[in-house]
Amino acid sequence: MDTLMAGDELRAAEAFLTHEAHLLDSARYDEWLALFAADGTYWVPAKQGQTDPFTHISLMYDDRRLLETRVRRLVAAIAHAATPSAVASRQVTNVALVEREAGALTVRSKFTLVEYRRNAQRLFAGTYIHRLTRASDSFKIASKRVNLVNCEAELDGLVLPF
Amino acid sequence: MIQPSAETLRRLVQPGRVHRSLYSDPAIFALEMERIFGHAWLYVGHESQVKNPGDFITTRLGPKPVVMTRDLDGKIHVIRNQCAHRGAQVVAAECGNAREFRCCYHGWSYHTDGRLKQVPLVHAYPPNFDPAVKSMPPVPRVASYRGFVFASLAADGPSLAEFLGPIAASFDDLVDRAPDGELEVAGGTFKHTYNGNWKLYLDNLLDAAHPLFVHQSSIEAAKVQDDSAPSDGTGEIAVRQMRQNGAPYPFWESQVGIWSYPNGHAFLGDYHDDAKLVAAMNDPVFREYREALERKKGAAEAKRILDVRRWNTNVYPNVSFMSQFQQFRVVHPLAVDKTVVYTYVFRLKGAPERMFRNAVAFSNIVNGTGSLVLTDDLETYGRITMGLASEGAEWLEISRGVGSDQPETDGGVRGKNSTSEVYLRAMFDAWLGYMAGSPRLAAAAE
Repeated sequence: MDTLMAGDELRAAEAFLTHEAHLLDSARYDEWLALFAADGTYWVPAKQGQTDPFTHISLMYDDRRLLETRVRRLVAAIAHAATPSAVASRQVTNVALVEREAGALTVRSKFTLVEYRRNAQRLFAGTYIHRLTRASDSFKIASKRVNLVNCEAELDGLVLPF
Repeated sequence: MIQPSAETLRRLVQPGRVHRSLYSDPAIFALEMERIFGHAWLYVGHESQVKNPGDFITTRLGPKPVVMTRDLDGKIHVIRNQCAHRGAQVVAAECGNAREFRCCYHGWSYHTDGRLKQVPLVHAYPPNFDPAVKSMPPVPRVASYRGFVFASLAADGPSLAEFLGPIAASFDDLVDRAPDGELEVAGGTFKHTYNGNWKLYLDNLLDAAHPLFVHQSSIEAAKVQDDSAPSDGTGEIAVRQMRQNGAPYPFWESQVGIWSYPNGHAFLGDYHDDAKLVAAMNDPVFREYREALERKKGAAEAKRILDVRRWNTNVYPNVSFMSQFQQFRVVHPLAVDKTVVYTYVFRLKGAPERMFRNAVAFSNIVNGTGSLVLTDDLETYGRITMGLASEGAEWLEISRGVGSDQPETDGGVRGKNSTSEVYLRAMFDAWLGYMAGSPRLAAAAE
């Protein structure tokens, strides 16, 4: 049983995740990047239950340096794979606290992402695991892990961050 | 579907150009599956994927599902993944270890070499029912080269060694780099699909003129990346590779070469000892690796091995690999405009673990389904499919460098430099050979 989250903390984490999803849906990737800690990481494993991003390939695994480049490509450059760009809608639910440490929370949530591009719609779903550190009156993302239900599927290119 | 005649097919490949229907006509695709994928040696898997007796993996030979197994006596087989009774797929798992394979439908079971083992209710069959001739049929020919297992759906044809010819040296390059002389598939499989013809993938992997345009977005993003941003090594390798894609034309025209061979094989290689294309040549991990290689093979042999500078190698029609970062890609055509590519990483046995970690990071950036680089390649394949539907230009150009190709003593043809389309011409020569029994056109193209 997950530790029960105090009401205020739960609402704060939910609000943060909702805000993050809104930034992504709005393609405000610079602002999304700003949610990450200075050494934050972003990870979409390629295997169910993958234990690390170093000894197994990942659909996406970005340390801070690569995450900055990923975001810059989406914001500043003209990526062919984003021309026309995709439109997306993300729903974040079932928010639960997994672990509480001094100054940090690990939060699990469920998401669906509907992506539309060039007459084709794709549906993604899975679990987010955010490790959030306290930052003034909000949080920073120390790490974000995205467990896709279809991470082992044969897939065409993934351009949007989850 | 009307089957094109050999004469028609021969008209579709001309000196310096090929007809667009080679990438868009379902009738030609069906014929390719029969005549190219039904005859050529196709890469199936690596011996390390079936290390122990009873180990198996399921994969495809072209579009056809097969199982690669190591039988209980240790011999490797490639068998069709279909029950001899009512046709159901027998092996559902991607990989595993089994003493027998049993069909889910009526329980017919098979030995790990594909022979039928047991049939429930066997007493109810007529006297002429002979279990001995029933099986998950083995593919007619299986052979391996230095651990790489190939199969041919044709009972007759050139041996694997004849088929590979001088391109076998690229496999040597990959294996020789392991200090212990052995490779191991590890770290998972990317499976990326695209809406385009299977040939587009091989076309692109040796195309030194595309990165500046296809990968413009990631090149631009990487060029201005602040290198002081924290990295655990992943971003460092990725950013370096993206910047390398941005090397200007003079680099590709003076520093990189291309060599093509009979049967459509080819490789991109460096003319010079250029650390820019090599995995962190000066970093401590590489020094540790070089020392391990020298300890096992001696200094002279280690130098010889590391002086080989092959970038991507294509083995026509279903493999493209790279020894420097131990990347291996297998092409599975599904339809004329639908392809799936499986990519693998090899661990060099006896090398520092960090080498493998670097290979994984490299795989993420060049082969990853969510990579900043590969996604623009996949998009381009889709654009070609959409472009061909416009039926504008009837002929597609493969003539860059015609007139400057140089024959080599080993039977290969060297392009003037890496931007030569000599490798495309070699692939279409091979295509004609398989499809229409035509002799090579290389001489005619000059």
